This record gives sequence, C-alpha cells and structure tokens, in this order.
Amino acid sequence: MSEFILQILNGLDKGSAYALIALGLTLIFGTLGVVNFAHGALFMIGAFCSVTLSRILSASYETVDPTQKDFLGNPLKVKSTYMESWLGPDIGGAIIDWSVPLAILFSIPIMIAVGIAMERGLIKHFYKRPHADQILVTFGLAIILQEIIRGFYGANPIQTPAPEALSSVAQLGGALGLEIVYPAWRMVYFFFALATIGGVFAFLQFTTFGMVVRAGMADRETVGLMGINIDRRFTIMFAIAAVVAGWAGVMYAPINAPNYHMGMDFLVLSFVVVVVGGMGSLPGAVAAGFLLGILESFASWERFKVFDGLDQIIIYLVAIIILLTRPRGLMGKKGVMED
Amino acid sequence: MLGLNKKDFNLLMVVVGLSLFAPFILNIFPKDSAMAFFNGGYPDLMQRFAIFGIFAIGFNILFGLTGYLSFGHAAFLGVGSYAAVWMFKLLGYNVVPGLILSVIVAGLLSVVIGYVSLRRSGIYFSILTLAFAQMMYSIAYSDLFGRWLGITLTNGETGLQVYSNDPQILLGENSPIVPHIFGLEMNARLTLPIGPWEFVFPVGYYFSALFLVLAFYLSIRIFRSPFGLMLRAVKSNNQRMTYTGLNPRPYTLAAFIISGMYAGLAGGLLASMDPLAGAERMYWTESGAVVIMTILGGVGTLIGPVLGAGTIKYMENIISKMNEKLLHEWFGFLPDSLEYSIVWVASWFTGEGWHMTQGVVFMLVIIFLPGGLVEGGQRLAARFGAKSNDTGKTAQPAE
Amino acid sequence: MGILEVKDVNKRFGGLQALGNVNLSVQENTVHAIIGPNGAGKSTLLNCLIGKLIPDTGSVMFDGQSVLGRLPYEINQMGISRVFQTPEIFGELNVMENMMISCFAKRDGAFRMQAMADMYREKEVVEKAEKMLEDMAMIDKRHDHTASMSRGDKRRLEIAMCLSQEPRLLLLDEPTAGMARADTNNTIDLLKQIKEDRDITIAIIEHDMHVVFSLAERITVLAQGTPLVEDTPDKIKGHPKVQEAYLGEAA
Repeated sequence: MSEFILQILNGLDKGSAYALIALGLTLIFGTLGVVNFAHGALFMIGAFCSVTLSRILSASYETVDPTQKDFLGNPLKVKSTYMESWLGPDIGGAIIDWSVPLAILFSIPIMIAVGIAMERGLIKHFYKRPHADQILVTFGLAIILQEIIRGFYGANPIQTPAPEALSSVAQLGGALGLEIVYPAWRMVYFFFALATIGGVFAFLQFTTFGMVVRAGMADRETVGLMGINIDRRFTIMFAIAAVVAGWAGVMYAPINAPNYHMGMDFLVLSFVVVVVGGMGSLPGAVAAGFLLGILESFASWERFKVFDGLDQIIIYLVAIIILLTRPRGLMGKKGVMED
Repeated sequence: MLGLNKKDFNLLMVVVGLSLFAPFILNIFPKDSAMAFFNGGYPDLMQRFAIFGIFAIGFNILFGLTGYLSFGHAAFLGVGSYAAVWMFKLLGYNVVPGLILSVIVAGLLSVVIGYVSLRRSGIYFSILTLAFAQMMYSIAYSDLFGRWLGITLTNGETGLQVYSNDPQILLGENSPIVPHIFGLEMNARLTLPIGPWEFVFPVGYYFSALFLVLAFYLSIRIFRSPFGLMLRAVKSNNQRMTYTGLNPRPYTLAAFIISGMYAGLAGGLLASMDPLAGAERMYWTESGAVVIMTILGGVGTLIGPVLGAGTIKYMENIISKMNEKLLHEWFGFLPDSLEYSIVWVASWFTGEGWHMTQGVVFMLVIIFLPGGLVEGGQRLAARFGAKSNDTGKTAQPAE
Repeated sequence: MGILEVKDVNKRFGGLQALGNVNLSVQENTVHAIIGPNGAGKSTLLNCLIGKLIPDTGSVMFDGQSVLGRLPYEINQMGISRVFQTPEIFGELNVMENMMISCFAKRDGAFRMQAMADMYREKEVVEKAEKMLEDMAMIDKRHDHTASMSRGDKRRLEIAMCLSQEPRLLLLDEPTAGMARADTNNTIDLLKQIKEDRDITIAIIEHDMHVVFSLAERITVLAQGTPLVEDTPDKIKGHPKVQEAYLGEAA
C-alpha cells in the first residue's frame, strides 16, 4: 500500500511540470491559435531564473583574515557574501538559502518581458500563416534561446539547491499508519503547481478578462466581431502562459539541475500531453499531465514491471493508443486543429 | 531524355555535374592560402553533402508534395544505420547487403508508423511522428528489445559497432576490414595535386553521390508523375479529392513510405562511410535538422533539398571549426578593443555557437523567404531578367 | 424506380430533428430541384447522399445499390459527383492540373500507384482534359492558377471536373450562391447546355427561384426536415402549401 502511494507521489512532480507546461501551451493555442515550439524554452528560462537569482544573492567578496593562515603560510582569504555582511548572517543566510522560492517573484518581470517580446516581436506576425510555419519559426526561436542560455551558463547542469528546511525528506502517511518517505521539495512543487493551476482557472473563471479569453477559445471569430481589443489580450495571455511555464521551471530547478536543453526535453513530452488531453482543452491538459506523470512512475515500479525499460516509452505508447482510439484526445473538442 | 523533359533533364545534369566536380568546386582555394579554411572538399564533409541530400530529397517528397510535416524522420535514418551495421557484423564489410537491408527495414518501419500517424492530419500528425521517433530513440538508447531478448541489438548508449569476434561469415582472408564495395574501400581516396591546389577524390563520396543522383532522378520522375500530381492534390484540397473519387490515404502512405526508404538509405550510407550506429542519430533534433535543410533550400522544389542539405552541412562544418584563436588571427589587424568586441560577438555564432547561426538563418528564411534559397534565386533572376527584358524592348522598338 | 431513391431517412443532431421521414425519388435524366427555406434540411439531405453524414434510419439507394456505409470517394466512384456551395477546387494548382486530377480519378479509380510515368504523356487523359476545357470554353485559361480566378470561373472549372468523371448523377449545392446576375445567368445557360449534351441526372439545391424555375423539371419542397410536396414547376408555383411555407415568406 505505501509503495503504491509512493509511486503515485513519484509521478506527481514530473506530472506537475507536464501539466504546467501543457496548460500554457493550450492557453496559447486556444487563444492565439499558435503552436508554440518555443514553450519549452520558457520553462528552461524559468529554471535559469532560479540559477541567476541564487548567483546574484550569493555574490561574494574576499577579505583577508589575519588571524588564520592557509597551508602555505599566507594570510587566509575568506569569502563572504554581500547578503550576509549587509543583513547579518541570520537574515542574509536565510535569503540565500531561500533563493529558489524567491526566484518566483524574480522571474515574473523576466518572464513577462520575454513573453511580450516573443509575442509582439515574432509570433504576432504568424497568426495568419499555416501551422507548419508557426511550428517552424518557434522551433527556430527555441534553438536560439537555448543557445543564448548555453552561451551564458555553459553546457553543464547547474545544481541549484532548495531551501535547507525543505530539502529533507518528509514522513508522510503517519496518520494512516503507513511508512512513506518522500522528498519534501517535491511535495512543495506539487502544491505549488496545484496553486498555480487553480490560480489560472480562477482567473479565467471569475474575471471579465478570463471570460473573454474563454469565449475566444470557444469561438475565435465571434469574439473578434464583438469589437474587443483582441490583440492586447493575446499579448497578455501569452505573457501569462510564459509566467506559468517560467514558474514551472523556477521550482523545478532543485529537482533537476537546470541545463540548456531541458526545455526541449520537456517540450516533446508536453506536446504529447497536450494531444492526449485534447487540443484546446485546459482541464484535459492538466489531467493528462498528471496522468502521464503517474503512469511513467508506475511503469518504472520494480514490483509492477511488465518489462524492462517500459517507463521510457510508456508515455508514447499511451499517447499513440489514445490518439487512435479517441482521436480528439481525452477531452478535446470537435473541429480543433483538424484541417 | 531518360523520360524527362528538357528542363528537368538539364536540372539533372546540373546535379550530376555538381556531384562529379564537387572535389574541384569545394577545393577552390589553394591548399596553403589563407582562404583554404573555407575549402569543404574533404571526404567526410563531401559524403555528408550527398547523404543528407538524399535524406532531404526523400523528406521533400512527403512534406513538399503532401504538406504533411513529419517531425520524426530521424527514426528511419537511425534504423537504416543499425540495419547496415548489423549486416557488417553478420556478413562482412561489403556494403551492398547493408544498404539493401537498411532500405527494407526503414520501409517496413515507415509502413507501421505511417499507417498509424496518417490517421490524423495537421499538427496531430506532426506530434504523432515526433512521439514515434522519440519512442524509437528511447528503445534504441536503452536497447529495450535487446535486453528483452537477452542479446545486444543496439548496444545502448555506446552505439553499435563491429567487433573482431563478430561472425562476418562472408569475410574472406583478403577482404578489407573496412566497409567496401566488392573490394573497393570506402575510405580510399585519390589525391591530385595541381600546382598549389590539392584535390581529393574519395571513393565513399562518389559512391554516395551515385545514390544522390539516382535519388534525385527518381524524385523528378515522382514529381512529374500522376502519383506526384495526386500528392499535390492531397496538399491542396483533401475534401475535393475525396469527392473526386480519390482515396487520399494510400497516396499519402505511399509518399510516407518512399520518404522513409530514402531516409533508410541515407542511414545505411552513413554507416557505410563509418561503420557505427548510435541512438543520437534518431534524436528529434536530427528530425528537426532535415526539416531545416528542406525548408532552407526550398520546400516543394526539386533542387531545393539538395541545396539546403549542402548549405547546412557546409555551414555546420566550416562554422563550427572557427574557434576564438582563429577569429583573433583574422581580426588581429584591428585595434585591440575593436578586435575583442568583434571576436566576442562572432564567438556567439561560431564554434559551438554554430547552432545559434543555424537557428537565426532558419528563422530568417521562414520569415522573409518561405520559398527558401530557390525562391531567393528566382527573385534575383526575376530582377535581372526584368532588366534584360526592358533593355530588350527598348533596343527593338520596331518590332 | 428512380436512379436515386431516398426512403424514410431520419437524421437527428442532439435534440434537433434535421430530417424526418424524407422520401425522395429522382428519375433518370431529369433535373430535380430541392427547395425550401433556411434550415429546412436541404444540405443535411445532400450530405447524407454523398457519405459526409450517415442517416440514423432509412435507406439511400443509387441505381439499385445502397450508398449508406460507403466512404465519400466510393460513392463518387459509383457515379455521383458533387458541386459545392463555395467552389472546391485545387487552389494551388493550375486549371489543367485540376482537370487532369479528375480525369485520372475516372480512369484509374480511387488509388493507383503510377510514380514513374510522366503525367503529360498520358495521352488519353491529357486529350480528355483538353476536350473538356474546350467544351467549357476554358481552354485558353489552362495554365492559369486557380487561386486568382473569379468565382464564376472557379464554379465552371468545378463543374467541368465533375463532368469529366462522367457521373450519372450530378449534385449541385446552391451553384449560384453569391454570384452576380450575369454570372448566374451564365451558369444557368451552362447547366442547360450540359443537360442537352449528355445523359445526366441533375439534382440541385437552390435558393434562387429564378434558377430553379429555369432549370427544374421536378421540384421537391422541403420544410422542417420533411418533404411537403413534389411536383412539376408549374404546379409547385400555384401550390397553396408551398406558398405558405416558402414562397410566401420569400415574397
């Protein structure tokens, strides 16, 4: 039983990432009608927001400690961070320690700026072009973005630790009499993803802006006819999707050390998620994201193993089967993306 | 001639000519001159021109004619390589069985993938092919079936290669121990120094180029055939096609299989030049690369894919060779501050930054020149043509 | 027994009864018009005939064979061609290529792998396509790209493509919708000409009474998914039920 629950939990963190990226993809697709191959790059940029902030916060200077000597007999050089020397070791240290959660705030302006630049500068001009062209131009953009990141941060993954208080393992299920040991940060990631998804849905459900967006997803032409300034809303929608993808990356940094091609790796699977969920369906994207994450985890479960290595192909297998039996995905609507 | 009209025959002759004289064209700069760096006429690169030309020609038969954008063609390239290397392991280094098997295996795989993926169109098709190719990559990378059967099938991340204890039942005592065609070794070459120039004629290149010409010829025939016409009908209006009594699916599937076999041949040739096969050849960036080549050259045109593949492979090789040291040499005549800032900017786009250049070029083409290099050439020709026409008119007002 | 026999066809979309017990018999070598107000189910009926929709109950027989359960291209190969409301042609190809596609479809059926032949050396197909373009007075437009043609020309090409398949039944879905008066009259003349020149049955859905009464030999009036009456044009003109359901509203 506890093993069973653990498998579910193991699938949640990846599932959360899939769900968040797929949510943004679907939002962009549903409102703008654009297939964005550069969406994975937004996830990757988010992860590097974490890296960047933690580097900024732990910026340090060197002083010479005359009381100590190194092994050559020279005065010992001591590194200390500006944070700690300005704010004292307690507060300063805590801020450095909590740099990943703080990066959530740090990433907002960055992701919005990147999102707006992308939409205004490039994608706007491709609304009327064929989907193939949209795929291709955003694919080109994704290559460029990841090369820029590689140029600045190098090709190696960069370890970015979670706050110490959250990097331990949590004992879950004590009340049920079960023994479940689970990394606390993954739990945090899951709840963070839930909150973000809830926020997006609430925003779409309860604001006028969201209402228009939903109407636009249902019938793009009508909303255009209503004389609502669609262009500005598109831009805002794109920025929101960029922030959601960015946040998914920010919080993922401690789980998987960010590298420049992580966006592409996640993008392919997120597309599978979107298609399985049903193109254009937000709940479908979220459900399929978690579903496939958990499925992947179960496929790698020793006790449950049908055959070796199934976990690496299960997502694709399921996607292919679902698409063949339910051509519109789990919750897709008729007529979306069917030329 | 050869069942082609005059224009197409001339185009074929252009490709034949380029293929034959590539060692001269690509080694245009004398060996010791400063510009020799830009020579592309070494065997490895020339082989890649021909092989990726074949890959792109095949991809263009699917994407250019039917409009179905496959993002998973690298899977066929990969299995083609694996099939060829297996033939080297089992039979020996003669490339003929390897190439035959690589085409057959890629063909069979494309029947399966095509049959399933073609049930959907548009973006769904792209994503299905992408999913299939990634699955194939995972299978190859973890050697899933091999582990399953208890043997080595793809040899996982190490990659498949030929070992001295492999059966190689056709390997005679005097057989070469590198890939060869009836004794003629693929890595053999003839070097011809003429004055300061040095021209290299590699066997492997000419062997691949032969297939390139053949592939190009077949693609012309397909483009001009009733079958090709139907494929263009698929792209243009699926609905009218069905209400004209035509079944689009077998046409599209046939195009998919043909292009899969082209890719398999390209994969087999890659293994014939260098008897290795690795999973990374199936990774989806490889699928993206053939899309880039085809579009850069001019999608839906005959010569476009060949030009695109050549351009991309040339740029890849030359640009990724440019390191900072070389850049400093080149710009050394400038004042230091200027030199360093130019080198700093250039280093983003050279050496390892080659991918950046590729991305930028690709985006520029999509945005400003959707017809690729061929359209660019036509625009230039039209501009010059218009001028010469104008002068023609003014020169002969009496007529 | 007509060439097309529709018996007790029903079709529901959710709560909407689009077609209710439709019976229709189209006699060979006649022009049969189906008229009715918007939402009467004309297009639904047409879509049931060509396999785009499948009726919930009832039968559709063409020349003694059921069309139900067959795919659109199979129905077309049986001898039913359809002209769409907005002309459906191959927009990226030129006029000759458009014609040749339908001529190949007639000669080779739904699928034939002919990848090594030069299409312009298939003499019979080329000649047939050229003959048809001559008949339709479009031969000098053969190299034109269809994307830049007028709507009337597109319509003409679409009809030519359908005719080149030598269909026994030609279905026309509001062939003059959105056309100027002159184009409409041209189309009427063209259809009259076609009827005169060949043995062909034409079923036409039309809004424009001028077109209907210039062409039709029999008229079926459809209202709310059910045929009200079927008769000759003269009788239909004076029929009280029709006046009430359709003409009255139109006037």
